[in-house]
Amino acid sequence: MSGTDSEPTAWVRHGRSDLALQCLREGEGRALLLLHGLGERAPTVAPDWVAPWPGPVWGLDFTGHGRSTLPRGGGYTAEMLLGDADAALEHLGEATVVGRGLGGYVGLLLAGARAARVHGVIICDGPGIAGGGIQPGSPFVVFPRFGHGETPDPFAMVELARDVRPPDYALNYVRFAFESAPVPDPVVVAAVVRPEWLSAVAVEPGVIECERSEALASFID
Amino acid sequence: MTDDIEVVHYPGAKRPDRRETLDAAGVAISKVEWGDPSAPPLLFAHGGFDFAETLNVFAPLLVAQGWRVVSWDHRGHGHSAWADLYSWEADLRDAATVLESIGPAPLPMLGHSKGGALTLQLAEAFPHRFTHLVNLDGLPSRRSMPDIAEHERTRMLAQELGAWLDHRRRVSDKQRRPGTIDELATRRGRMNTRLDHDWLRYLVTVGGRHDGDGWRWRIDPTLRMGGFGPWRPEWSMLRLPGLSMPFLAVLGLELEVMGWGTRPNDVLPYLPPGAHFEQLEGIGHFMHIEQPQLIADMVIDFVGAPE
Repeated sequence: MSGTDSEPTAWVRHGRSDLALQCLREGEGRALLLLHGLGERAPTVAPDWVAPWPGPVWGLDFTGHGRSTLPRGGGYTAEMLLGDADAALEHLGEATVVGRGLGGYVGLLLAGARAARVHGVIICDGPGIAGGGIQPGSPFVVFPRFGHGETPDPFAMVELARDVRPPDYALNYVRFAFESAPVPDPVVVAAVVRPEWLSAVAVEPGVIECERSEALASFID
Repeated sequence: MTDDIEVVHYPGAKRPDRRETLDAAGVAISKVEWGDPSAPPLLFAHGGFDFAETLNVFAPLLVAQGWRVVSWDHRGHGHSAWADLYSWEADLRDAATVLESIGPAPLPMLGHSKGGALTLQLAEAFPHRFTHLVNLDGLPSRRSMPDIAEHERTRMLAQELGAWLDHRRRVSDKQRRPGTIDELATRRGRMNTRLDHDWLRYLVTVGGRHDGDGWRWRIDPTLRMGGFGPWRPEWSMLRLPGLSMPFLAVLGLELEVMGWGTRPNDVLPYLPPGAHFEQLEGIGHFMHIEQPQLIADMVIDFVGAPE
């Protein structure tokens, strides 16, 4: 899809959520999809660092974030946000994905799950990059009371900060991306912070480690 | 559909004496009770794709021994609201809401299947709230697939992923397929293979909703069996050794499509000291429905009569 034909905001639906998919900048060619970190929202204008990208630039607000639906009663998982990102991908057709923190993890899941249509993912530092570790800790039950009925949803802040991320699980998605991605080196780690899941991803043969701008340039056709 | 709204009876079945709605952080959770409201409570968590009224035969047997049986419909199930999102954490929070509504006194808790796994986590989070824990075929273990190579497993996961995302793309306006009482009973029978058709017909009338075009199960159509994620079944097993309250685990040895395929040797290494463990030959996953009196007697022997 060309950004020149797009409305500024495309509303896409996933489950019971209406998701704001914002066109940040028009362009010709493949879309760049930005996925924000935990508690953040998509930028309202294209960041300076995307300037070299020739195609349209889009930003998605995950469920419970930004202008997207604020659900009742929590129930967040990274896999549910993967469904959000997939709804955006369905709208765009194909994309290169850049994710911050939680968005980097979800971007990796999308790159593995829809490998044929994701032309590379760049995993960057940002809120929620660690998740809840590699296995569950002692259980506790939280009823978040903060927030004022607005996004970001406090349930998202609590639940997605505890989302368990075993390294072997993350590596499955890396391998799926390698099997079917339309680009030769589809997974790039640009983050400095390396929780265990990301350390495992970064040392997987074929995964590239470099700065975001260099990675972005490598995905330009 | 020409099915009239009919009442189907089943021997020994009794609908709950009371039903109330709890606010679980914005999601309406339907709580039910059988028995004298002043009798000591015993809490029961149902399994996935079930609902509290699947206890309509089993619960009265415990009531007959002096207990008040409390249960609830999980979010998206039975009379509870369809939620925007579903997760294990959310189910746990809903369960804690029900627990809190009963009062501060410790009580016995039972759980079947998914409900059994929920009780393990609740018991670890709130050990002071439970006098006894009973797990009915709710102990997951790593599925054994010795004839499938790892590469093929990876491929299976990839296929599961794609299928799940395709489901999510279609799910926004999805509705359950309507049918007659017999049709819904037959559909459920494919997953409840050991339960008799008359029971399943009865379940339609207490767990279904009659619309103009027929009956539909009161289960959120966005929910889907199976799936994928980072969860490891052995993580539930690791909650067993540290349990501090008396613990009874019951396994049905007849393998069923809805069962978790756990075998005694999967469980034995993790049982806490003094645990009771029963393995039932010739009985399947829905043991409390298939053999309600046997399981009720087992539970009463374990938890005793209420004080």
